[in-house]
Amino acid sequence: MARVETCGSRLLRRLRFPIDQSIMIKAILIFNNHGKPRLSKFYEHYNEDTEQQIIRETFHLVSKRDENVCNFLEGGMLIGGSENRLIYRHYATLYFVFCVDSSESELGILDLIQVFVETLDKCFENVCELDLIFHVDKVHNILAEMVMGGMVLETNMNEIIIQVDAQNKMEKSETFIFQSPRQDR
Amino acid sequence: MPAPIRLRELIRTIRTARTQAEEREMIQKECAAIRSSFREEDNTYRCRNVAKLLYMHMLGYPAHFGQLECLKLIASQKFTDKRIGYLGAMLLLDERQDVHLLMTNCIKNDLNHSTQYVQGLALCTLGCMGSSEMCRDLAGEVEKLLKTSNSYLRKKAALCAVHVIRKVPELMEMFLPATKNLLSEKNHGVLHTSVVLLTEMCERSPDMLLHFRKLVPQLVRILKNLIMSGYSPEHDVSGISDPFLQVRILRLLRILGRSDDDSSEAMNDILAQVATNTETSKNVGNAILYETVLTIMDIKSESGLRVLAINILGRFLLNNDKNIRYVALTSLLKTVQTDHNAVQRHRSTIVDCLKDLDVSIKRRAMELSFALVNGNNIRGMMKELLYFLDSCDPEFKADCASGVFLAAEKYAPSKRWHIDTIMRVLTTAGSYVRDDSVPNLIQLITNSVEMHAYTVQRLYKALLDDISQQPLVQVSSWCIGEYGDLLVSGQCEEEEPIQVTEDEVLDVLEGLLVSNLSTPVTRGYSLTAIMKLSTRFSSVVSIYGSSIDVELQQRAVEYNALFKKYDHMRPALLERMPIMEKTASNGPTEIVQTNGETEPSVPDTKHPPLVTQPANQVTARSHDISVFTIDGSFFVTDDVLLNQWFNI
Repeated sequence: MARVETCGSRLLRRLRFPIDQSIMIKAILIFNNHGKPRLSKFYEHYNEDTEQQIIRETFHLVSKRDENVCNFLEGGMLIGGSENRLIYRHYATLYFVFCVDSSESELGILDLIQVFVETLDKCFENVCELDLIFHVDKVHNILAEMVMGGMVLETNMNEIIIQVDAQNKMEKSETFIFQSPRQDR
Repeated sequence: MPAPIRLRELIRTIRTARTQAEEREMIQKECAAIRSSFREEDNTYRCRNVAKLLYMHMLGYPAHFGQLECLKLIASQKFTDKRIGYLGAMLLLDERQDVHLLMTNCIKNDLNHSTQYVQGLALCTLGCMGSSEMCRDLAGEVEKLLKTSNSYLRKKAALCAVHVIRKVPELMEMFLPATKNLLSEKNHGVLHTSVVLLTEMCERSPDMLLHFRKLVPQLVRILKNLIMSGYSPEHDVSGISDPFLQVRILRLLRILGRSDDDSSEAMNDILAQVATNTETSKNVGNAILYETVLTIMDIKSESGLRVLAINILGRFLLNNDKNIRYVALTSLLKTVQTDHNAVQRHRSTIVDCLKDLDVSIKRRAMELSFALVNGNNIRGMMKELLYFLDSCDPEFKADCASGVFLAAEKYAPSKRWHIDTIMRVLTTAGSYVRDDSVPNLIQLITNSVEMHAYTVQRLYKALLDDISQQPLVQVSSWCIGEYGDLLVSGQCEEEEPIQVTEDEVLDVLEGLLVSNLSTPVTRGYSLTAIMKLSTRFSSVVSIYGSSIDVELQQRAVEYNALFKKYDHMRPALLERMPIMEKTASNGPTEIVQTNGETEPSVPDTKHPPLVTQPANQVTARSHDISVFTIDGSFFVTDDVLLNQWFNI
């Protein structure tokens, strides 16, 4: 005779440590207090419409949070529901949201967001929203040195900045060598 | 043609738009300009144009016409072009477009480029969106780079390898030789990604897991160095040396020690050390502690260590920081199965968290509370949980109600308490109760034979108060239909019996039929209840035969016919429901898939066999509900429909 499940065990099933669940960041989103996207990077495939819907849904979920509640939320329906978590930080006019799967360490990601923002601060010298608006490609480049394929690549701020600077220098020198128009976008 | 505008110009222009329509217009204009520029095969400005396209893509505008241009940029010799090209590929392309395969050759060349940053770009792109075909083609190159001494490339190659393994698991063997001396690296970046690679391999293959178990001493040593080493400015985060690496190593240790005594033994000391020495004033320290606790709980650690871990979690629960409390609740939820008693000790704190203002914490606390309910604490816990049900947000009510029903069913100290609890849920959160609960409750009530009178009386009183909560109304109608005679004869022992006449009862049921608050399902229930009462009460009622709802209409017409033509069969057909047996397939955890009709799930959904009987004889079998074909002509209806009739 089949056992009637314990009260919480149905809910527990999804929290038991899954053996073959990948450690993964599904998406990294930055948007402002009105929901306007400032950076969207998805590490899983969604089509364009879905991506926009996810951004809107995430904004909706995150913006109605109080200031003094915890920084973790269950993911919205579009991005995988309760299998995923939204971990966010609110700095001035910007929300930094990492959508991760449930096996990722929430506190660790919180620290990662902090490192990301501090790195941006170093690279742009007192970064503000305008910097992100006008230099979104640079932000992508910085992020690419930190997170690759949904996994954390490098967390040492100085190391990241060294690599980013070197690549920027390469770009600048090409402008000179190839006599091409200024590429400062 | 004038030179295309710079990205910065475009952004500035778009920001001046005051309405969505204006913005769209500007974007369209620029898209047209970009398209014609692409057509001219202009190499100089391609980079700039694609950058603008990516910006527009982020805002939500279609950018697929730039896909091929990204490929051309990737193939260019200039680093600037490649950088934007690869970024564009990652944002605009994925394996569903055939175009992406064209990149394979470019990536292959770039993986062997003389400049490390170009190699880095290629690795990054492959690691982000490489399809299985691409991974198969390029795995060899990645493996080569995994053995290089260049730490910048090595760390990227490691993560790229993880991606390859995820896409094409058969290639995992290929990377094994390269992992031999990954852990002897000094560079923390490489160490970090190497541990990720090892973790992935161990998680995917038990053989690999066995193979890598021998690395445990080395991992323990690295962890020890991180903790014991003095201040290292390079890797310091808030006073702790490379917390990210510590967390990663702890996780790998967890996987390696999971079902292995020897490995667990080897880790015991270091885990105790981390648990006691880590500074908890900042978030980074807590992140490490949290990971340590999870590891301790998962491996075969000695009991002293386990107690230490649960106590750390207990301390977390009292922390002011909401994030810490949330994380503590999550991990307690993971450990409550294995260390039930230890977690029980913190029950009162957990129950307090139900009153927290934070929605995320409330949800976790609710789930954990249900997991902690047992025979001993059921009364106290249920009081708290019912109080929570009263005051919580609507988004919790459905889950909470279901949880209460499950808990009550498992641990109810008495039948009366059980019925009272059900009543309480139905009256306070009646509209949030799941549809599948109604048949389960009905089954429960039927089986508590001695409580029938009490139940129907209470439900009747509840119905008098409020007919808006559909699940409550449905259960009540069903009960009144079945036990209306007990109600009228005032047989209740448990409490003061109320004086009710048959007419009053029928009025109430008729009231349900006409009320705008009742859904068609509810109306179905009350119609059938009235029908059943016809045998229990002496007076005959009129039936509603012209309802707009087809279901109701059919029922009404058939019931009417039952009165007129087949009155002699009526008592037998509408006899009191037998006790329903609960089988494995219809426990409360099953969601009954019906066409919107809710029915007690006991009568099997498989169609019962047709039983032909002589015209004036009727059989009713208690468990299989048979279909009666009486005179062939009239009652030839759907098996299923008749099925529904006689059970509701």
